[in-house]
Amino acid sequence: MSTATTHEGHHDHHPTGIMRWITTTNHKDIGTLYLWFAFIMLLIGGAMAMVIRAELFQPGLQIVEPQFFNTMTTMHGLIMVFGAIMPAMVGLANWQIPMMIGAPDMALPRMNNWSFWILPFAGTMLLSTLFMEGGGPAFGWTFYAPLSTTFAPKSTDFFIFAVHMLGFSSIMGAINIIATVLNMRAPGMTLMKMPLFVWTWFITAFLLIAVMPVLAGAVTMMLTDRNFGTSFFSAAGGGDPVLFQHVFWFFGHPEVYIMILPAFGVISEIIPTFARKKLFGYSSMVYATASIAFLSFIVYAHHMFTTGMPVAGELYFMYATVMIAVPTAVKVFNWTATMWRGSMTFETPMLWAIAFVFLFTIGGFTGLMMGVAPADMQYHDTYFIVAHFHYVLVTGALFAIIAAFYYWVPKWTGHMYDEKLGKIHFWWSAISVNVLFFPQHFLGLAGMPRRIPDYSLQFADWNMVSSIGGFAFGLAQVFFLYIVIKTIRGGEKAADQVWEGAHGLEWTVPSPAPYHTFETAPEIK
Amino acid sequence: MFAKSLRRALCSLLGAAILLGSGISCAGYQLNLTQGATEISHKVYDLHMLIFMICVVVCLGVFAVLIYSIFTHRKSKGAVPASFHESTTVEIIWTTIPFLILVGMAVPATTTLLALENTDDPDMSIQVTGYQWKWKYDYLDDDISFFSTLTTPRDQIEGAAEKGENYLQEVDNPIVVPINKKIRFLVTSNDVIHSWWVPALGWKQDAIPGYINDAWTELKEPGLYRGKCAELCGKDHGFMPIVLIAKTQEDYDAWVAEQKGAKAAEAEAAGKTWTMDELMAKGEQVYTSTCAACHQANGQGIPGVFKPIAGSPIATGPVEGHINRVMNGKEGTAMQAFGAQLSDVDIASVITFERNSFGNNTGDMVQPSDIAAAR
Repeated sequence: MSTATTHEGHHDHHPTGIMRWITTTNHKDIGTLYLWFAFIMLLIGGAMAMVIRAELFQPGLQIVEPQFFNTMTTMHGLIMVFGAIMPAMVGLANWQIPMMIGAPDMALPRMNNWSFWILPFAGTMLLSTLFMEGGGPAFGWTFYAPLSTTFAPKSTDFFIFAVHMLGFSSIMGAINIIATVLNMRAPGMTLMKMPLFVWTWFITAFLLIAVMPVLAGAVTMMLTDRNFGTSFFSAAGGGDPVLFQHVFWFFGHPEVYIMILPAFGVISEIIPTFARKKLFGYSSMVYATASIAFLSFIVYAHHMFTTGMPVAGELYFMYATVMIAVPTAVKVFNWTATMWRGSMTFETPMLWAIAFVFLFTIGGFTGLMMGVAPADMQYHDTYFIVAHFHYVLVTGALFAIIAAFYYWVPKWTGHMYDEKLGKIHFWWSAISVNVLFFPQHFLGLAGMPRRIPDYSLQFADWNMVSSIGGFAFGLAQVFFLYIVIKTIRGGEKAADQVWEGAHGLEWTVPSPAPYHTFETAPEIK
Repeated sequence: MFAKSLRRALCSLLGAAILLGSGISCAGYQLNLTQGATEISHKVYDLHMLIFMICVVVCLGVFAVLIYSIFTHRKSKGAVPASFHESTTVEIIWTTIPFLILVGMAVPATTTLLALENTDDPDMSIQVTGYQWKWKYDYLDDDISFFSTLTTPRDQIEGAAEKGENYLQEVDNPIVVPINKKIRFLVTSNDVIHSWWVPALGWKQDAIPGYINDAWTELKEPGLYRGKCAELCGKDHGFMPIVLIAKTQEDYDAWVAEQKGAKAAEAEAAGKTWTMDELMAKGEQVYTSTCAACHQANGQGIPGVFKPIAGSPIATGPVEGHINRVMNGKEGTAMQAFGAQLSDVDIASVITFERNSFGNNTGDMVQPSDIAAAR
């Protein structure tokens, strides 16, 4: 505690009130900003999901028009991916990476401020399209040309600019993380001694730098096709609509790993803590993460099996895709082996982490099924894929983010969250999320296409079940908001070593972590 | 309706819980992929079941270990943590085993894929063209060509009428094919990307502007199969179903003759002079099936997306301009060139209808012969 007090003496002249947040270069402040931004976006994107589930509650058009329905599915996807999951992961990185490697802050604090403050403007610009003449983007979050070029509403140009800005933000965030990890580790912390959360984010940052410019390229080509008479994606002008899909998925496939690799890192921190046993196969976890990242670049066209690719291409992408199952399986086996013969307790973060392992595995297996090209001819673009990517993104990425919140929030705020409420939140979410997404496997196999506002009668029952699960899951996250606010405002005082079995530098600093930590680097043996 | 569905939904939930244990299938809804109606669709189904069962077995194995561990290795039961945390041997074993399983899976997957993609030596070819939001079928060997659009009435969709049995899966002109013939489909699009999918055939194929993709099928039994557009193609993506009817060669030949007869009758109709009432009645039909999706049943369009017909400078201005717009469309917008899609009678009547409805009262009458002259 003495270090903290002496520091506060000469660092107290930072601005207060709103200017503190606007001008801050502190990694903890910026982490908080990222996490709040992500939470607000989660609730907005969630509200859109509620509109979708309400319209699909029964067959027929009851609540919204088809065009607006398409806008909802599009904006829900974009906001959850770019507004909720990615910023939440960056928020966790900001808070944790410096504390976990014994650094005083991120390597590039001013750029850190900028990469956050671009986000609210990009998010506002994206959301503002909803109020424009012609409505917002209505072509799916994958925005395939020519539906997103020749046939799209005028607001699409705002969407393009918003994507450019989100890309800037992500690239700067990624550069910052790489610079921090490479330059700011405490003496003695070799790369192979880094916590896995840091490792997974380090690898993710390279993915971000590699693919965000590709996305920027795709939307720039869209922009010139729409406004300046080029024909990159227009067959009539000698261009190629399938080129768009190649460019998009070269970004889009690594993108899904950008969202899940840091989640792997979170789970690899939490499970050893509550199993009171060292992570099994640390180095194989690092290699598995790197393998997944590498494979993510060479499998992307498995999203395009039905586009009429040559059969040799389909075979290659099928073989490469199913190979991802190997390093992913290694990860699941390692987590299992970590729990095996441990001494487990089941506090809220551990519950979320265990649910992650179970439910992410289900999502991983459906992913494997869809990697098999001939079967994908049936699964593709149905609710089967909707179920798949929600299992990996909601019960995968989002569950990991929530687990991370419960795990580290005592360190951030100095208050223990309410264990009873945390457990209610967990069980409520874990049950309802399965009622929500599990029936979507049945719907997809039975032949329900995705992105339709109305459906034929054989799909009625499971859609209603799914919607009921959806409303319950949505409400559970409003309850989460209450828990978050309650924890910030008060609660049992957290110890420095919050969890009995936790290892790592973040647990050596006081709770709440002082504004500046590790101004003198710790020594790692 | 609502209470009934809710009750059925709750029953489904209960039913599924039991089903997961027993694997019985049950009427009313379908839990699994269809086996389909062709050799290929059966192969795809078998492959699906194979990978599904592999996934289930591995999944249950992992889950069993996890669950055993969760209940046994807990602190409250006095478990003391072991200290092992790495083993290269174990890592090699559990890297190799999944790899070998995948190699095993790749063999049937490859043979199925090669069979599925082998479109060589077809007996006949049908071109399938996606339009916003309907399908067009061109029988390349028989000079038959027609559009296929949804026939479910608007009031069923909006809840004003009880939904029929084939709600959203019924069309005016189904695609008809003979059995025991290798049929090659040439799939393309006129505007955005669509995807032609009849689950009973075992595949879907994207319809992409500027591309002609091919796929094939050979049905063994006469029957009726329903499908849907599977790729988001704009506002009415959910409203462009597919109905495919397989007939014996005899019945198919009769159908072909019938189609050719209808074509001759249409040519005759285009030759005569139509009355205002006839044009308005026919025009309303054409408007409802072809124009109302965008311009809306009331002719008001959707502000900022689709222009209105009511009071529009084109529908109330010179007739030539109106004919030109309908026949040639407007480049860079969703307004297609209908000259190639509709007959002279259709175009003449719908233009007459648009110029004399929704508050437009030009009094103009357009005859099929005017359209023939404009072509």
